[in-house]
Amino acid sequence: MFAEVEPVETCGAAEAAQQVMRKRKTTVRKGNAAVNREDDGCKPQGEWVAHVLRIRSAQDKTAFAELFRHFAPRVKAFLIKSGSTPSQAEECTQEVMATLWHKAHLFDPSRASVATWVYTIARNRRIDLLRKERRPEPEELTWGPEAEPDQADIVSLQQETAHLREALKALPEAQRELIEKAYFGDLSHREIAAQTGLPLGTIKSRIRLALDRLRHAMK
Amino acid sequence: MSNEIKHHLTDELLMAYSAGTLPEAFNLMVATHLSLCDTCRAQAESYDALGGCMLQDAPDMVDLADDALDATLALIAGGAAPDLPASPSCDVLPAPLRDYVGGGVSDIKWKPVGMGVKQAILPTSAGASARLLFIPAGAAMPDHGHKGMELTMVLQGAFSDEIDRFARGDIEIADEDLEHMPVADISADCICLAVTDAPLKFNSLIPKLVQPFLRI
Repeated sequence: MFAEVEPVETCGAAEAAQQVMRKRKTTVRKGNAAVNREDDGCKPQGEWVAHVLRIRSAQDKTAFAELFRHFAPRVKAFLIKSGSTPSQAEECTQEVMATLWHKAHLFDPSRASVATWVYTIARNRRIDLLRKERRPEPEELTWGPEAEPDQADIVSLQQETAHLREALKALPEAQRELIEKAYFGDLSHREIAAQTGLPLGTIKSRIRLALDRLRHAMK
Repeated sequence: MSNEIKHHLTDELLMAYSAGTLPEAFNLMVATHLSLCDTCRAQAESYDALGGCMLQDAPDMVDLADDALDATLALIAGGAAPDLPASPSCDVLPAPLRDYVGGGVSDIKWKPVGMGVKQAILPTSAGASARLLFIPAGAAMPDHGHKGMELTMVLQGAFSDEIDRFARGDIEIADEDLEHMPVADISADCICLAVTDAPLKFNSLIPKLVQPFLRI
């Protein structure tokens, strides 16, 4: 399945691009303070952070209901697109949202947006459900006794994610579509090639182009 | 420690790990490497962020059942699933591997495969396989090629082959084009995690005959 990978070249590219798309502990980005927009009728991402913190500290059911109304229909769509039946997806979405409540104390807004966090929970649950396999996760990082992340780091990370979101929206349709297939279709590059009829080389170069554009936009 | 890692995962593998499209054995390799390599971990988290943006802006949404919120609150009231007990710490095996071994490096159930080399096959789903390899200090693996893709990561000691020298955390990516003979450093026994989506093929006659019995 991965016989097509070109190790030498991609390894070099990965190193060149390290930490460009997403820098940990970066300084606050100037000039992008108003990146969050309500253009899709949703609350800006920063506000979802407050929702999760309210669930964590006060078991706030109102905050949870609002998060649920926003994310549950998206999670369900994601699960159906990646091969679940509607009834499986319904049950699984409820489990994902319940996990969000139970694991609210583990959410670190200096490392992920709420959407990213929900995505990783949904993805892991999907692997569990559809493939009946475990999902090995990296060892937890230990941050030392002060577990509270720095406010500037939170702002910076949340802004960067909003910025990435805008950059993703600005991608040419053909490139964005392939990334979506890779994430939402549960498809390897080879399977995308079979499904779209595009040559494997085209798939790979389009995805590479898309990632280059995103990195460039994040500079 | 991550500053010393020279050989990293490819972008394609990191993105596939984040998208959740890799076979379990490859997920185990990626999770183990990320446990040791902050550079690749940051990169993997940026691919997760991409997934989050896509979830946020998915063009279509699917309504839930009318009682879905109440049903979820009932699930929540039922309590969280108990956390799995953390495996005891080990200087050689990062957490994801300890979960598959069921303990630390002293709990690995090695099987000899000849010339002092030992292996332990880890339980992963079909489609790819994962195993731990033990190569005595100074010893060589038989000269071999690869049918599919094989990733080898050093956990203890180091090995060298025609490409470079690989130490703890370094990953060598081999495909059909690479025929190599890794030799363990003389200073320490070498322990590696190896995953492959195809059986290994050895070039000398005897290892080839033995191969089906070894499941490698």
